[in-house]
Amino acid sequence: MSSAEHETLLEVDGLVTRYPVQRGVVGAIARRPKETVHAVEGVSFTIAAGEMVALVGESGCGKTSTAQTVVRMVDSEQGAIRFRGREISQLSARSLRPLRREIQMIYQDPYESLDPRFTVRDTIEEPLVVHRIARGREERDAKVREALVRAGLSPPELFIDRYPHELSGGQRQRVAIAASLVLDPKLLVADEPVSMLDVSVRAGILSLLDGLRKEGMGILMITHDLSTAAHFADRIAVMYLGRIVEEGPARDVVRNPQHPYTRALITVVPKRDPREQTTPQILTGETPNPVRVPPGCRFHPRCPIAEPRCSEVDPSLQRPREEAAPDHRAACIVTAPGPSADEVGPGGRGTA
Amino acid sequence: MSTQPVLRTEDLHVWFDLPGNRELHAVRGVSLELRPGERMGLVGESGCGKTTAILALIGLLPGSASVAGRVYLHDEDVLAKGEETISPHRWNDIAMVFQGAMNAFNPVKTIGTQIAEPMELHGTSTGRAARAQVRELLELVGISGERADRYPHEFSGGMRQRAAIALALACQPQVLLADEPTTALDVMVQAQILELLVRLTRDLGLAMILVTHDLPIVAQVCDRAAVMYAGEIVEMGEMATIYHDPRHPYTRMLFSATPDLLGDEDVRSIPGAPPRLDREIAGCPFTPRCDSAFAPCATTHPRRLEVAPGHEALCHLNDHLVAEKPA
Repeated sequence: MSSAEHETLLEVDGLVTRYPVQRGVVGAIARRPKETVHAVEGVSFTIAAGEMVALVGESGCGKTSTAQTVVRMVDSEQGAIRFRGREISQLSARSLRPLRREIQMIYQDPYESLDPRFTVRDTIEEPLVVHRIARGREERDAKVREALVRAGLSPPELFIDRYPHELSGGQRQRVAIAASLVLDPKLLVADEPVSMLDVSVRAGILSLLDGLRKEGMGILMITHDLSTAAHFADRIAVMYLGRIVEEGPARDVVRNPQHPYTRALITVVPKRDPREQTTPQILTGETPNPVRVPPGCRFHPRCPIAEPRCSEVDPSLQRPREEAAPDHRAACIVTAPGPSADEVGPGGRGTA
Repeated sequence: MSTQPVLRTEDLHVWFDLPGNRELHAVRGVSLELRPGERMGLVGESGCGKTTAILALIGLLPGSASVAGRVYLHDEDVLAKGEETISPHRWNDIAMVFQGAMNAFNPVKTIGTQIAEPMELHGTSTGRAARAQVRELLELVGISGERADRYPHEFSGGMRQRAAIALALACQPQVLLADEPTTALDVMVQAQILELLVRLTRDLGLAMILVTHDLPIVAQVCDRAAVMYAGEIVEMGEMATIYHDPRHPYTRMLFSATPDLLGDEDVRSIPGAPPRLDREIAGCPFTPRCDSAFAPCATTHPRRLEVAPGHEALCHLNDHLVAEKPA
């Protein structure tokens, strides 16, 4: 599991993704100022082969935008995305095509992501046809069956000629995963892969992803569920308003959270044991608007331990004061002051 | 536990008509009791009948459904004459917060008007008095009373869910049915709503049934839990007892399938899928997925047994309790 022993698959460095707010023709005539959604504001992380990284956060924190930027569905404004050492953030659609084989995405809703008129075979075969892999019927058939088995739909004969409506939610998600696996990708980006599924089948899908990880796949999992991330990911990155505010080994982030936002999140996650409930530290209000980002630390208006300087200093990710794990970092000048507390964002990451 | 139950169901059944003269037996003999101020969790996978059961309690099932059994509000059987006997109680005594507050409100009416509607319809208050009560209710659920004149789209998801709770409280009910009240919400907003529900039951003596698929939410919020599977309550008791000493394998397996933030043990899915409910089921419906099934399970439907005071389960594993101690 040590990432040093494995090839670094993905390096994201200072990623910035912004969307213009549609002000409409009336807004344009009235000369209303152009506004921007600051979806991703300087996000950096790496994923090694055989590693699962979970991006965790509430809706609107930028976790899905980060994933979409990484797979080049959305263009970044700044920053680098290196896949197996190659910068891909500026590649043209044509040059991206071979890379699409190696980076595959799994979506939240297997009821939406599968074409209802396609059989399981059609769905899994389509990527082979698009990427002109496996010419000939027999070779394709073999690959489809192999992908089904890898996705846990075994024996394949039982599923290959079925339509999505004949499958359960968990089976559908496995078909979607099989359609990714058939291309033999190196990196999977899974956006809330189990949130639409029943509790009883979620663990099966997550164990499937875990098995792929053990075989050497790199996985970026987007989730709002800290408990799931804690169980299945090697590393957790907690996002808030377009930034990673804490990042580290899953166990350390959950058991020894350093950022006040992570600490609050952990107290409000309901636990299974009724006797183990902690007093929830409930933050007031909802995730603020990514159009108007607060100055300084973007969490300071809701932060229970904010100091006056927090509205001025935009903190960078630093080793926490009381933390032993060398690769655990938090962006908080109170709990993780770092070498120079006056620094405003690392390497031009901050937007002063 | 000495207080009388405010709500009690006895052998509640619901069937839905299906095309081709078939029936789906969605709720199969649900009996439960709820006392003032008590919070009960009704938990299960999708399709287990939990939402259908509470819709039957408030008489809001569609026309294709038929209901049997008894539902008592205090001592009155409100199912006795169908709509005629339930409608005086609906919203006055028993109210509901629906799943997905996004769609619970009419987009072209203000929130205040919509909360006043049941008051005027049920004659609890009208005009200026109703408007004053709307403001009071909004304040109670943590929304500034001035926002009564706003439209639903001006509210965030969490605020709309709070407003939906205010709407349910409009006619001062004694029982609140909450159907997945936090599913669409972020965890921090979920915590705010759960805290509100706990406060309301505590301060107003309101009894609540919280329907959810999420066991940890029940563990955090509820005193008691009823676990449903294939239309039946398979285990019911104090929440802590059910977690620490489950007496039905489904309860235990459902806990094992739920990741816990600080838990170390493996998370395991439950193999297979729930049975179809449009046919009769021989034996225990959980048999094909159960890790502890033995001889009688496939053929004989288990008896409901009180395994400890206030703790009942529907599983052959508990049969020895009666075999050893014949009544």
